[in-house]
Amino acid sequence: MADPMKIRANVTGDTTEVKVLMSHEMETGQRKDAQGKTIPAWFIQSVTATWNGKTVLAAQWGPAVSKNPFLSFKFKGGAKGDKVLITWVDNRGDKRTDEATIA
Amino acid sequence: MKSGRIAHDTAVPGVKIILRATLFTVVLGAAAIAPALLAQTSAVDEIAKYRAALQDGNPAELWEARGEGIWQQKRGPKQATLEQCDIGLGPGVVKGAYARLPRYFADADRVMDLESRLLWCMATIQGFSDADSRKQLFGNGNDRKSDMEALVAYVTSESRGTPMNVGIAHPKEAEMYRVGERIFYFRGGPHDFGCVTCHGDDAKRIRLQELPNLTTKEGAQKAYTTWPAYRVSQGELRSFQWRLYDCFRQQRFPELIFGSDASIALTTFLARNANGAPFDAPAIKR
Repeated sequence: MADPMKIRANVTGDTTEVKVLMSHEMETGQRKDAQGKTIPAWFIQSVTATWNGKTVLAAQWGPAVSKNPFLSFKFKGGAKGDKVLITWVDNRGDKRTDEATIA
Repeated sequence: MKSGRIAHDTAVPGVKIILRATLFTVVLGAAAIAPALLAQTSAVDEIAKYRAALQDGNPAELWEARGEGIWQQKRGPKQATLEQCDIGLGPGVVKGAYARLPRYFADADRVMDLESRLLWCMATIQGFSDADSRKQLFGNGNDRKSDMEALVAYVTSESRGTPMNVGIAHPKEAEMYRVGERIFYFRGGPHDFGCVTCHGDDAKRIRLQELPNLTTKEGAQKAYTTWPAYRVSQGELRSFQWRLYDCFRQQRFPELIFGSDASIALTTFLARNANGAPFDAPAIKR
């Protein structure tokens, strides 16, 4: 199973800023290993963020996103103590969901 | 390591420099040296900006979290955690400990840096054999992560903000410092190279990577307090032992043995020269 994400969420005024650090190889499928064999592509394909059950961000990612990706976004709303849920699914079907409390 | 990747990373800014230098030369004509310097400075500025942009969301945090888990996990033949490991400030005390390392440990009768001390704790507390604890000292950049690098990330992160304070009161510490100084200035190998060849003057570079002048207080402080670091080009967190290992490789010196007296001596020399500066790592580097 994948390592947990690091999520920070802070509200200022009516806007919540979320910063997510994900642990993922994000293999492009373009690289070759020491034996010259292509390393198969392995990357996060979809990312969703929900706040109080409502989707605030939905993204489709490809192999151009870096290893151990960092995602930062803002959404209107949110209050201290609310939960933000981030889920990613990669092209192997692995998924991971982590939760953070808005501070 | 992944030298191909590094070359690729620097290729684009490198092209930029040449273009800019040419442009300036055309405009300024005779003043050929000034534009080259100008272009160099602006490239370094751009890298500084790149680094600042990466600072938020440093993947080193992922290593820190994993290392904390490993620290608290029962492991090895003795099924013990590292929470009884004394890294200088008493068993289990991690906060601020790295800023005092390397130091003399009476139980081992040896000056140790963090990594050699961790190996020692793994052997004495957890019962790992030397071969087992040395299985994966460095991550390979892909799927094989190093527990050692994760532990280093965790322990060093607990010293963030603590001023460096490495002593040489014990005769063995003083000896290590002197040996480290000798190694730093020692030139040898097929290229007649030494640490001092690259790190003895201001404003030297390898490609676009500016090199700290480790013979000055500021240079030593800036360099030592920002290791370990997450290397973006390698996708790995690198320990100070790795830094020295790779410097030796770059100098075409014999392979530096992990946790050897030579590595600890150099670490002692560089760490003590950084005394007074607040420790600020794990950092992020290109």
